[in-house]
Amino acid sequence: MLNTEKQSLGDKNGKTVASYRVLPGPEGLLPPAAACCGITLPLEGEGLVEGIIRSEQDTIEEMARQLLTRRNPTIFPGPLVLWAWKDGVTVKADCIMELANEIPGVRIIPMPDYRPIYPKIDPEAVINPCHPNLTIAHNKIEVCVFIGVHCHFANITLKMIRAGTNCYTITLCNEAGHEDSMASLPFCGTDKVEALTNAVRKLKAGGLRPYHADTPGIQLTVAQKAVAAGLKNGN
Amino acid sequence: MEIVKPQQTVVTPEHLLFEAPRKRAYITGSEAASEAIKRANVDIAIAYPITPQSETMQRVGDLFGQGYVRDYYRAEDEVGAFSAISGASRTGVRCMTASSGPGLMRGLEVIASWPGHRVPVVFLIMCRVINAPLSIQPDNLELDYMLSTGNIVFHAENQQDFFDYTLAGFVISEKCEVTLPVAVAVDGFFVTHARGWVEMPSSDLKLPPRDCYREAVPMIDNENPPIRIARDAPIQKSNFISYQMHASWQQEIHAAQERSRRWIYKYLGGLIEVVNPGAETVIVASGSAVSQSREAVRQAEEMGHRIGLIKVKSLRPFPVEELREACKSAKRIIVPEFNCAGWLNRELRATLYNHSDAEIAPGPRVFGGITMPTELILQWLFDKTGNCR
Repeated sequence: MLNTEKQSLGDKNGKTVASYRVLPGPEGLLPPAAACCGITLPLEGEGLVEGIIRSEQDTIEEMARQLLTRRNPTIFPGPLVLWAWKDGVTVKADCIMELANEIPGVRIIPMPDYRPIYPKIDPEAVINPCHPNLTIAHNKIEVCVFIGVHCHFANITLKMIRAGTNCYTITLCNEAGHEDSMASLPFCGTDKVEALTNAVRKLKAGGLRPYHADTPGIQLTVAQKAVAAGLKNGN
Repeated sequence: MEIVKPQQTVVTPEHLLFEAPRKRAYITGSEAASEAIKRANVDIAIAYPITPQSETMQRVGDLFGQGYVRDYYRAEDEVGAFSAISGASRTGVRCMTASSGPGLMRGLEVIASWPGHRVPVVFLIMCRVINAPLSIQPDNLELDYMLSTGNIVFHAENQQDFFDYTLAGFVISEKCEVTLPVAVAVDGFFVTHARGWVEMPSSDLKLPPRDCYREAVPMIDNENPPIRIARDAPIQKSNFISYQMHASWQQEIHAAQERSRRWIYKYLGGLIEVVNPGAETVIVASGSAVSQSREAVRQAEEMGHRIGLIKVKSLRPFPVEELREACKSAKRIIVPEFNCAGWLNRELRATLYNHSDAEIAPGPRVFGGITMPTELILQWLFDKTGNCR
């Protein structure tokens, strides 16, 4: 049965029991918003995994497992962590880099702003909320992390990714979280990013062999390598 | 002349709405609305006058004069007012506006653009006739048009609701996962120009200011680097990418409405109120039709009949599951409304389809300014022998 064919079971006091599941796609032309299928956001101390409220710790462990076992893990940092626009942002950015360094084969592709990029996006340089699936498909990304993206743009992006790709989406949200991602942590400050990093370390120490075990560290895309080479040449 | 700002203490929404001691006052709906604005820490109010809204905004102008509202002006018309309030909201300040019937209809294009732009704003609607021949009398047909705009829409029953829903509206509107405009509607004249008892916390208290950097979209703030970006994408290309993005964007508006349910439970006590649960004959109503229905229920009780009453507080999001549950035992439902279209009746039929065997009567309805006597409601409930229809 398609995800879209499943129905909400009920709604009591803002808490919902839903049968709809937020799973990796491709789900089809126009998947529904998970919130409209009865999926509710987690509270502080909780997380959301595939549409089901779980404990924060369970959610973190599931995120760590997905990041290590799926192909081409990628972190998409958004404007809220790309610029040091207020106190604490650089600390959070450092935490994200620390997380990245623990995921073999990981790439970092920024979402620097939300303007549509026409006529052609460079999918190795950026991801854009107007056509995120192009970056996902081009780089064959099967698991990704959104962090520092404003919630509205994260949500519209997540639905499009679910529609047209098989990517497992993870959101580390500073606010209330995202029903449309497969795994979501709300109110995610540096402490929770660090907890995810530790969960990744623990899984590896426990014997889990990462999908990209042979390519440790952060991997640059071709475009990023070109930029890095240019910078080295003083251009 | 410099305005001396009143000394108000910022308190949490929970304290202002639930904990602070309240005093009773016998005031009109317009006064109740302005008393809510006085405590709402509003940065800017912009509107264009129209009856029966004018008195409220005149009073809000007075609040500006007293220093309770930071900025205020009369726009050139409703299109100007609603566009300006949208722009103001994008800069991250707390905003409110208000209108009635034809004014709302004139500005409807802009109103329908607010949710897509994710602008928190409180929009007070004092309902009146919109259609020719021109009339200024009470009638809430304009709410039919509001239902599909993506705005959150509350329908206040009386002066107390108008006060409470307005304050709660600011809080809900600005929640990050919501970030939507909240319209608080009330039936013009019946509530705006009539007095009722309203319990209010001290005007020495006010809501915390809007925390615009914790919302779903970036504010327009040219001084902060993450925000020096175009906010609303001009998605006007004729290709699938554009269509898909726009579709996902629209879905997100409705998803945000869904997320507001949790907060409506918290700050309004739920999307509906049920009187006499489990009754076989039920009245479903919103706005001042609820007050008339309460009296009809009381009169029916004197006749020995137990009639249920469901007050619909929130029209958007609509209380789908709540109504299905509350109407489980119903065999016959009537829907008193102050409009000719019967929009609440239509919503209820769509909600209960395949979920109830109850007969849903197509009324009673009054419009064009006619009042709804309780006798009319009773006629729809009972036959001439006094038995339930």
